Amino acid sequence: MSEPTEADVRAEVSAWLKANFNPDYGLVEWRLKLVESGWGAPHYPKEWYGRGLPVKFNAVVDEEFAKIGAVTVCRAGIRTLAAATIIDHGTDLHKEKFLRRILTGEDTWCQLFSEPGSGSDMAAATTRAELKGNKWIVNGQKVWTTSAHKADWALLLARTDWDQPKHKGLSYFLLNMRQPGVNAQPLKQMNGHASFNQVFITDAEIEPELQMGKNGEGWKIATTTLMHERRGAGALRTWAMPSTRTGRIYREENAEIATTMEPYKWYPQRAGRVDLLLDRAKATGKINDPVVRQELAKVLVLSKSAEWTAMRARAAQALGRPQGPEGSLGKLLGSHVARAAARVHTMIDGANAMLTGSDGTLDGVIAEVLVSVPATSIAGGTDEIQRNIIAERILQMPKEADPFANKPFRDVPRNTVSKVG
Amino acid sequence: MQFSFTNEQEDFRGILRRFFSARSPSSEVRKLMETEAGFDRETWKKLNQELGLTAVHIPEAYGGQGFGCVELGIVLEEMGRVLLCAPYFSSVVLAATAILNAGTEEQKRKLLPAIAAGDTTATLAFTEDNGLWDASGVAMTATGTKLNGTKSFVVDGHTADLIVVLARQPGTSGDKGLSLFTVRGDAPGLKRTPLKTMDATRKLARLEFKDVEAELLGEAGQAAAPFAKTMTQAVVCLANEMAGGADHLRETSLEYAQMRMQFGRPIAAFQSMKHKQADMLVDVETAKSAAYYAAAAFDDNAADLTAVASLAKACVAEAYLQTAVHAIQVRGGIGFTWDEDTHLWFKRAKSSEVFLGDANYHRELMMQHWAAA
Repeated sequence: MSEPTEADVRAEVSAWLKANFNPDYGLVEWRLKLVESGWGAPHYPKEWYGRGLPVKFNAVVDEEFAKIGAVTVCRAGIRTLAAATIIDHGTDLHKEKFLRRILTGEDTWCQLFSEPGSGSDMAAATTRAELKGNKWIVNGQKVWTTSAHKADWALLLARTDWDQPKHKGLSYFLLNMRQPGVNAQPLKQMNGHASFNQVFITDAEIEPELQMGKNGEGWKIATTTLMHERRGAGALRTWAMPSTRTGRIYREENAEIATTMEPYKWYPQRAGRVDLLLDRAKATGKINDPVVRQELAKVLVLSKSAEWTAMRARAAQALGRPQGPEGSLGKLLGSHVARAAARVHTMIDGANAMLTGSDGTLDGVIAEVLVSVPATSIAGGTDEIQRNIIAERILQMPKEADPFANKPFRDVPRNTVSKVG
Repeated sequence: MQFSFTNEQEDFRGILRRFFSARSPSSEVRKLMETEAGFDRETWKKLNQELGLTAVHIPEAYGGQGFGCVELGIVLEEMGRVLLCAPYFSSVVLAATAILNAGTEEQKRKLLPAIAAGDTTATLAFTEDNGLWDASGVAMTATGTKLNGTKSFVVDGHTADLIVVLARQPGTSGDKGLSLFTVRGDAPGLKRTPLKTMDATRKLARLEFKDVEAELLGEAGQAAAPFAKTMTQAVVCLANEMAGGADHLRETSLEYAQMRMQFGRPIAAFQSMKHKQADMLVDVETAKSAAYYAAAAFDDNAADLTAVASLAKACVAEAYLQTAVHAIQVRGGIGFTWDEDTHLWFKRAKSSEVFLGDANYHRELMMQHWAAA
């Protein structure tokens, strides 16, 4: 059978939506219908809630949804990564048990990868899974888990073989978060928010059929999840725009968006709020201070040239050219911009920079910038790791020698696990 | 706005890179920089004829090829990469652009074809001993068409066949009363003295005018706007030239680090070196983005062009110098020697940092635009 054209896809989805969508549906009620039709995830296989269409048609389908304001399947954060990983590596049982409830938004997920003892070196995880009788028994501690306290299920990376080298002794599991052995506690950050959890796991149980892949394949599968995470950041932002339409289904969807986006509400401040600098300098009169003018100009030079570097990368990608070095610098540049912006916000704010909350400038927004920016150069790969990646992958410089590359993990020096905070 | 080069532009760049690396190795640069002129007229003429470089941005009506600032920027980036010793910035970027912006139709037809063909070398004399880069620094007087005063920091001023001069009516100041003139290099009353330049690959001269008879270029008293526009384009071109030099230094520093053995391994294996090289890449790539954006903004006649041009100059100036400092540090002791080539680019970075206004100056220009917006 030949591949349909864009016009075919557009016509078909449009007709189906017109015949079926109704804003008075309940959110889950509508999504159940949508999932059965395959239009909720058209790039999924036909037997698993999709239509087996090439991924390039997703944008076309989304456009048709947007035209009439039809609500899509749930695309919030970690559950999208769970679905993508299950499609790539899961068994039929995994697909049967989880995919539909992920797409309808009935189940929420979290990701249990990072640990207090393994940050940049994520493969050094020491959470242990042991097969005892007919159950995997899990013990350990995870951290930086977004929305763990609300999650029904988790993607878990745990060590099953301590005699293998670091990367080879890890396995991948789907963990039921609603059980006595799992305890998620909020982790309060230096900016006062608690967007993440630490998760204490004590003799938690996993059915053997909820392991994904074989023993020792955990790192490989986790890499797929992380790849989807990097690709998916843009999609979450698009999805998370609340609708202004009226109707039961929009109320329910907006509530879902609000819950999902709650942990991210300080993220604009984390990036430095360059957009506020000129207005703040004008409002305070500091725009006439020659030193502030220079420092402000430096931030604008940096942020504009960083933005144009990202545009160069996007333009090259659109032309199908091989990715140049400009495509890998964004994360590090983002740190530079955020730090420089925080410095200048402090200069402009003067004594008020000592205040926070309702006493702080712009109802505490500037104070939140100052205490959130340090996260930028850490979260999602530290500046130091970014520099290693640039040096090794782009500049082809020698990789750091790992003296334990082929040694059993049990012999590798590591941190003693202790509670954070 | 253009964020990628077309295939034709990439091909053009490839041709230039091959030509320049074959024809302007550092041995040639070192030979020419030791001469007073700083270039060899016959060699330059031949190279220019093969590539048509002096014609690139001059419109076809005046004997040129009619390309835009993006193509001109490519030429300069590739020249900056090899420190090509030629009267190109002076003749094409400064003089031809000034004539295009200020000259009458008749003057353009008369003056530009010889520059486009590479037969006439030219320059623009605007700075004076006070080293100010805008019209406020101009003290040279034009009484009728008779010029009196001193110009300094004039690129290729001691060799140019034709000199475009910025002067003012006696008693005026600022942007008022400014006019551009053309003077032959051998005009009576003109004394030309080459200056000892730290960057020997870009020659500067001091020009003393004593009752020199000149020809008015364009309209009397109306030179402020065409001069400012010429400066904007020159700043964009310089930023692209500097980006090329910075990229060359970054690449050769990486090659050196990969090759240099210490403590039983290439120094590229040390994390301190890897992080330095990563930082150099960030600096150079953002500088290129700013320079390319400014060239595209010029061709689009963007509303904030002057701010963007200044942004590019400020960005590239700091990146080039920082890269040059790293380039010497990466090489250690050998990098501080005369025989190693890095100091040639270091000195170009240093002089280009100041030429046409330093980063502080351009950041202030940028803020004047954006703070008012």
